[in-house]
Amino acid sequence: MEAWQQLRRNFRELWQSFRGNRMGVIGLGLVISALIVAILAPWLTPYSPQQVMRDENGRGLTFAPPAVHPPLGTDDGGHDVWAQLVFGARISLTVGFLAGFIAMFVGSFLGILAGYFGGWLDNLLMRITDVLLVIPDLPLMLVLVATIRQMQLKISPITVLILVIGLLYWTSTARLVRSQVLSIKERQFVARARAIGAGHAHIIRKHILPQVMPLIVANTVLILSTAILIESGLAFLGLGDPTKPSWGTMLNFAFDRNAISNGAWWFYLPPGLAIVWVSLGCVLLGNVLEEMLNPRLSGHHLEGEAHIIKPGEQQ
Amino acid sequence: MNETPLLIVEGLIKHFPVSRSLGEWLLRRPPQVVRAVDGVSFTLERGEVLAVVGESGCGKTTIARTLIGLEEQTAGRILFEGCEVGALERRTRVGLIPFESGRVGSREQQTLPRMSLKLLRQQAQMIFQDPYESLNPRATILEIVSEPLIVHGIARRRQERLERVHTALEEAGLRPAKDFFYRYPHELSGGQRQRVVIAAAMILQPDLLIADEPVSMLDVSIRAEILNLLRDLQKQRQVSILFITHDLSTVAFFADRIAVMYLGRFVEVGSAQEVLQFPLHPYTKALLSVVPVPNPRLRRERIILQGETPNPTQIPAGCRFQPRCPIAIPECQLQDPSFVAVSDTHQAACIRIEN
Ligand SMILES: Nc1ncnc2c1ncn2[C@@H]1O[C@H](COP(=O)(O)OP(=O)(O)OP(=O)(O)O)[C@@H](O)[C@H]1O
Ligand SMILES: [Mg+2]
Repeated sequence: MEAWQQLRRNFRELWQSFRGNRMGVIGLGLVISALIVAILAPWLTPYSPQQVMRDENGRGLTFAPPAVHPPLGTDDGGHDVWAQLVFGARISLTVGFLAGFIAMFVGSFLGILAGYFGGWLDNLLMRITDVLLVIPDLPLMLVLVATIRQMQLKISPITVLILVIGLLYWTSTARLVRSQVLSIKERQFVARARAIGAGHAHIIRKHILPQVMPLIVANTVLILSTAILIESGLAFLGLGDPTKPSWGTMLNFAFDRNAISNGAWWFYLPPGLAIVWVSLGCVLLGNVLEEMLNPRLSGHHLEGEAHIIKPGEQQ
Repeated sequence: MNETPLLIVEGLIKHFPVSRSLGEWLLRRPPQVVRAVDGVSFTLERGEVLAVVGESGCGKTTIARTLIGLEEQTAGRILFEGCEVGALERRTRVGLIPFESGRVGSREQQTLPRMSLKLLRQQAQMIFQDPYESLNPRATILEIVSEPLIVHGIARRRQERLERVHTALEEAGLRPAKDFFYRYPHELSGGQRQRVVIAAAMILQPDLLIADEPVSMLDVSIRAEILNLLRDLQKQRQVSILFITHDLSTVAFFADRIAVMYLGRFVEVGSAQEVLQFPLHPYTKALLSVVPVPNPRLRRERIILQGETPNPTQIPAGCRFQPRCPIAIPECQLQDPSFVAVSDTHQAACIRIEN
């Protein structure tokens, strides 16, 4: 299919301009390596995070420093830190990605509606985002997560985290998308679509969404890093799921069990670095994508190419 | 032939409110309005080309946008094939005809058949001024040209759609059409883009084409080709065209009738020949005098108008052209001239016209 080839061509062009940007490639590398670790976790370590490591005499190895055998040492309970780290990647990334995607969906949906239709809907949404922007995120989420926990609902703590982060973190996306939509809907091709007889659903799907999509993609990557950081923060404060430790939960344990005063740096440093690794990757990647895809920064008709008459054209 | 004209416009008015600054609001200045279109009436027969000529800002685009329903008129009536366009509430809400509470519209209103905006937009198509802005940069040419079919649920089978897009592109002079299907607007030149716009406008075989300065943004070398294309399509399809332009020289070979517009009103309307050869209104004369003429011996004396186009928020009293008119007399400040007909097909709004 020619359409398919066209898509592939676009993709290749995109990849080519992306490849030239060192920061973006590094960011992508950081994110993908973390994803691979999370996916391959069971194959990267022979132990489970709950398994107690023992020496030849059968005694538990507590606070054992890194060695060949436990590659990153053990924690206070004799659990392998490396095993916790790779399995923790699964939890941290799952929460981060799912919460990020929820935030993206809610934010883009509301942003498009507010920007396109305006009126009372726009007013209401903007006032809600004002309120949410003024309240500091972490304390608000802390209170929410703790309250929901108290209610003893049959929801796993991880799900609670995902929902709270996702449903509170859409405001910046919504504002960004809204402002973009406000300018796109005034453009002449939207007026032309209306003059053809297209309805709102058609215009949003075919004319608005394709223009804001790149912005949404770039923004999602940035939101991912925030979601992962927030998850770590909440887990560090003890709101994670102790049976499914994420990197934040590991830090919480390390802090609780005096890893710092015991000098057990191998207990708290790896999860900390892992968090930095992923969020840095997301930020680098997101910034580069934003720069590349932002419709405001490209595609204006005065930008060269459009005026160049290609050889063999019918004029 | 059908007896009713394709399009009847009666007393069309479009005013835009101007937002007041805080200072003006505190001083209780009355809110101002931009009188972009200020009472325009005309008819357009089937298969006829009417050119609307006027300088920048006189309200030409506003007429076009109002006709296709992108703006709601402040007052006036638009009849397409004898039907009033739009929903009942819409018409009464703008207060076109005063109505008592409880009774929707006047009797006269209710007797007119109506037509939905969507149906109008199937039968009337608009070509926008700027081909660089009027195409979605992220849609392929195929998507752009087939969009009207999809929107109106015509040619639902993909194969049929492809064939119609193919024909439309070829007819618009984009050959071979297949090469253009999967290209994006930015890969095309301005002239090619305007051809895409024309193909998309013609694919539904409309009765009316509203062309808003279709060549003003194009390179001079391409203009003639696009105009020829429009004229050929017009001849083949017998489509009516409302051709908007600020350039009198382009309309001469194209229009059946010409309407000269000044500050939101038509000041002269007539058959193309009469208007170009025997202009009545001083404004038309001034416009014609600066059109380049190939034969220097035929060159008329240039009339350069004094002053600038007045601002459409403050339209002069009396005749709106009077402050710039070379032949104005004191009486011109007193009365707003109405049309004087010098023949069945030629009239102008000026009190200085000698019969
Ligand atoms: N949406 C709007 N709000 C306020 N004023 C407007 C709006 N649209 C047009 N106007 C004003 O109405 C007047 C007529 O504008 P219009 O675009 O119809 O002119 P035009 O004859 O098409 O000019 P041009 O040849 O430059 O395209 C102008 O003074 C313009 O500033
Ligand atoms: Mg215009």
